[in-house]
Amino acid sequence: MSSPRSGNVLDWPAVTPRASRPPASAAERRRARLKRRLRENLTAYTLLCAALVVFAMFSWYPIVRGVLLSFQQVDFVNPPTWVGFDNFVRLFADPLFGVAWRNTLLFTGFALVFGFLVPFLAAVLLNELHHARAYFRLAVYLPVMLPPVVTALMWKWFYDPGPGLFNSALNSVGLPGLQWLDSSTTAMLSLVFVSTWANMGSTTLIYLAALQTIPGELYEAAELDGAGMWRRLRHVTFPQTRFVLLVLLLLQIVATMQVFTEPYVMTGGGPDDSTVTVLLLLYRYAFVYNDFGSASAMSLLLFVALGVFSAMYVRLTRRADD
Amino acid sequence: MTTALPRKGKRAAVPSGRTLISPSQLRTGGGKTVYVIVFVCTFVLFTLAFLFPLYWAVTGAMKSPAELAATPATIVPREWHPESFTEAWDQMDLGKYFLNTVVVAGGAWLVQLAVDVPAAFALSKLRPKFGNVVLGLMLVTLMLPAAALLVPTYVTVTDLPLLHLNLINSPAAIWLPAAANAFNIYLLKRFFDQIPDELVEAARLDGAGPVRTLWKVILPISRPILAVVSILTIVAAWKDFIWPLLVFPDTGKQTLSVMLQRVAIDMPLNLLVAGMVLASVPMIVLFLVFQRQILAGLTAGSIKG
Repeated sequence: MSSPRSGNVLDWPAVTPRASRPPASAAERRRARLKRRLRENLTAYTLLCAALVVFAMFSWYPIVRGVLLSFQQVDFVNPPTWVGFDNFVRLFADPLFGVAWRNTLLFTGFALVFGFLVPFLAAVLLNELHHARAYFRLAVYLPVMLPPVVTALMWKWFYDPGPGLFNSALNSVGLPGLQWLDSSTTAMLSLVFVSTWANMGSTTLIYLAALQTIPGELYEAAELDGAGMWRRLRHVTFPQTRFVLLVLLLLQIVATMQVFTEPYVMTGGGPDDSTVTVLLLLYRYAFVYNDFGSASAMSLLLFVALGVFSAMYVRLTRRADD
Repeated sequence: MTTALPRKGKRAAVPSGRTLISPSQLRTGGGKTVYVIVFVCTFVLFTLAFLFPLYWAVTGAMKSPAELAATPATIVPREWHPESFTEAWDQMDLGKYFLNTVVVAGGAWLVQLAVDVPAAFALSKLRPKFGNVVLGLMLVTLMLPAAALLVPTYVTVTDLPLLHLNLINSPAAIWLPAAANAFNIYLLKRFFDQIPDELVEAARLDGAGPVRTLWKVILPISRPILAVVSILTIVAAWKDFIWPLLVFPDTGKQTLSVMLQRVAIDMPLNLLVAGMVLASVPMIVLFLVFQRQILAGLTAGSIKG
């Protein structure tokens, strides 16, 4: 090593030009190569070390910790005790547990019906309109930029059965107002509308980007074969965007199963527990009842439930990368 | 292991702009009429659905409390009270909460860049032994639903392993976990991978060390991706709710979102709505200024846990 700056770990490994190097024995050459590799790795890991520390502390360690906590009882005073499957037993005994899963699946189901179809149709429509494109993009994406708490509080006010925006609008065209958040039959659906409004901007624009990569020749060929507009939509547009549709479907399932802000801010889980979601119940277990063991057990169940979709998502995108 | 949404070509592959409807169809008289009708309907619908609610909030903030409570609601305020905004600012102490939020979001942004950029550079250009394993372990965290890690991460920040520090009520409780962002590293690494190795090699022959190469050669040509990552991280930090809700039990330390949710019950409606409007202004401005970067970040792959 003859580099003048070889003392610093953040230096390139020194390389002496081949010509000036005296013929060395094989062992020496090996040693030199080993030294160089070592230094290269040291440099790289010095740059990586901050990332490794934060990942270790706030990602990898909590993953392990979460699994352990699921089988422990913790109260932050005494050391944790192992309790086997007690936390899970307690969860299954809680009548709200089943209710929360049912509500969450309901939310996800509705959110997919709206949040999956509406953005796709909106994107197809926008792709056909050749004017005011920038305006449409801006409008649909504006709600995405609002803080979710602001969106939730704003819609809570819109839903107000008396002077709220929606019932005022319905009444002005002679229709009766609805109960919205105040009735257990419509509360969950009302939350789905908020969430769809707030998030459809991203989905719409991702679909739009996908639609714009479809080669025009495909449409022309289909047209020459006598395919009408609907058949072109079915046999060209849909197959060409199938991949993006599937990827976003998986992402939306994973995201909507974790719904928290809307029910927490707008209904607190009511009326009659009709909007208690898995994450809301998890929050209560951890931060209201201070039962971190049961909350972790619930996290683990959520992870298992969503793991299928995550794994599918990773497999899909990995295939696309190859 | 890599996770990527399908990569878009550099440019849309439809230079002709030919879409579902054929241009010849649009040129006919009937086609033109239908197009205009559909266009006007879409325009009205989008304006009503996405912009009208914002108009409603801004004007609602300026109505008197009596007018807000009256049924039916008025579309245009009968009397304008722009002073609601200054009143809300004083009543809610918005200056303090804006500062808190800026500290949280700005710090999250700085820490993420400081941690994730060198890491992505090392993985992309220095290619250490086990680099792929490290990257794989990082990307695996993208598969976990964020909510599943909420409780163990909370337990971790109350008592950091080995250091035994409690980060509750400190902005570091937001900054540090935010830096463990595999999506940032993935985006940055993918960009660095496209920078030819010859450039790094040339810098090295000129006597620049890796850090200087990163600083003087790589970063200047990485402005586009740095802009995208910056915008994504700032917007995410500004919008975040559940995590700040957990780590800031001290009301004076909270972010705008957490504070608004807390005071929503006792605050007069006109002031609450004024506060909500003010809290959203920075994000709207950011969007109008950085639209391109935000939409680029969106289509780069929206992996959101």
